[in-house]
Amino acid sequence: MLKAEAFEVAKVREDFPILKRKVHGKRLVYLDNAATTQKPQLVVDALVDFYTRYNSNVHRSVHTLGEEATAAYEAARSKTAKFVGADPKGLVFVRGTTEATNLVRFAWGEKNVKKGDVLVATLMEHHSNIVPWQLLARSKGATLKYVGLNPDGTLDMGQLEDLLREAPRLVAVAHCSNVLGTINEVSAICAMAKKVGATTVVDGAQSVPHMPVDIGAVGADFYAFSGHKMLAPTGVGALAARKELLEEMDPFQSGGEMIKEVFEDHSTWNDVPYKFEAGTVNIADAIGLGTAVDYLSSIGMERVRKHEVALLDYALRALSEVKGVKIYGPPDPARRGGVVSFNYADVHPHDLATILDEEGVAIRSGHHCAQLLMRWLDVPATARASFHVYNSYDDVDALTAGLHKAGKLFRL
Amino acid sequence: MSSADIYREVILDYYRHPRNFGKLEKFDIDSHDSNPLCGDEIEMQVQVGSGQKMEEVKFTGKGCAISQASVSMLTELAKGKPLGWVKELSKEDVFKMLGNPDLGPSRVKCALLGMKVLKTGVYGYLGAQYEEKDEGELP
Repeated sequence: MLKAEAFEVAKVREDFPILKRKVHGKRLVYLDNAATTQKPQLVVDALVDFYTRYNSNVHRSVHTLGEEATAAYEAARSKTAKFVGADPKGLVFVRGTTEATNLVRFAWGEKNVKKGDVLVATLMEHHSNIVPWQLLARSKGATLKYVGLNPDGTLDMGQLEDLLREAPRLVAVAHCSNVLGTINEVSAICAMAKKVGATTVVDGAQSVPHMPVDIGAVGADFYAFSGHKMLAPTGVGALAARKELLEEMDPFQSGGEMIKEVFEDHSTWNDVPYKFEAGTVNIADAIGLGTAVDYLSSIGMERVRKHEVALLDYALRALSEVKGVKIYGPPDPARRGGVVSFNYADVHPHDLATILDEEGVAIRSGHHCAQLLMRWLDVPATARASFHVYNSYDDVDALTAGLHKAGKLFRL
Repeated sequence: MSSADIYREVILDYYRHPRNFGKLEKFDIDSHDSNPLCGDEIEMQVQVGSGQKMEEVKFTGKGCAISQASVSMLTELAKGKPLGWVKELSKEDVFKMLGNPDLGPSRVKCALLGMKVLKTGVYGYLGAQYEEKDEGELP
């Protein structure tokens, strides 16, 4: 088949020094991008530049280094907000998606969820978009209910409509499943939820790194994503929300930076988003996220998406030609993100991952922090290959060759 | 590491045709554990006979070839041995049983899950016996 490229992948690969390393003497074929992506030299340089040239705390130091650090940190916020169509005043830097959902649980949930309320999540959520709501429901005496899936791995919209009739307080949904790859119709879901007065939380951990996202157009009340899955360092991510909504909320963590004035018996809160950034923030990594955003923007998210759809199409065809491979999720590449979960005959995903590792191919195996989905699929685990900008058709071929080797070893 | 060394014929045979797979009707020890990282699960049951011998040992579980073959082979080794044998059992014994494959650190846990379940069960059983005895001597 035609191996078209949305951009010059070989050139992009040169930006990622780690791709030159060998694993067990073989070329590294990194297909675990849904877990975390590799970092371009530019991002690593941004960290070194910060620590070697202008390392300083932000917002309160009036000296030159402090002003440079503050400017770079706030520039990273503006860039990141613009990248996802969010208001910079409503973009809170957090550790990652998990901290973002926990922030919503405490700062919004404690105040707004009452006994007897219904909260809604889906069976395809990552644990980070389930467990905070479980704990919130438990502490408030609310009930957490789940939207099920259609056989093709898409959301059962009829079931969602039924649950919305119960006027839930919260609807939590992934923009893109980290296992099935299913791209959910989040703008429609948010509009439906809004009609019944539900607050929406969208997990964008697998969408923002891989496709153009306009949070304004999605219409979510809260939208969360992680930096490390989009070429940025670990330890930084963002929660985007309307400024007014953040203003109504109580603080999440408390201490320095998040206050306006402190008295003996009470304190007043800093303006948003600073109200939610207690303590010394993760300055260097936020600047790194800004650099990753620049890098992705220079390629263009439309082209990133086009590249991943092409790889996905190629991979789905190649894998389905291997006898014994069962692929999960929607068959249409246009309806899924760049992630393929599958099982291969009776080869356990962990055994498969070990065999592939020996060939230099890094995939993920396990439950992918989605145990409700594993139970729905009726499997203990799956193998998962996921793509990003530096993956090539050769990488997919290496995966397929590795499967054939596993097949031989397991006498299939 | 060579996966050809790990996935030898005998390992695959135990994975696909596990010996002593199932549940016991009468048992004195029932032990269960899982590996949250991979979701490997093992339950082991032991019937203890005279002379503190493990007369029957069975297991159920699901997981990768390494964890399931390892526990199945372990039940065969354990059967007929006294409980004290379990106390002496070491990681090295399990690796030897598996043919000394060069496992990475994450897969070592798979190989040792069965031993962990057996030891937990036997130690718990011996501990309970110890508490029942007033003399304070280990059974």
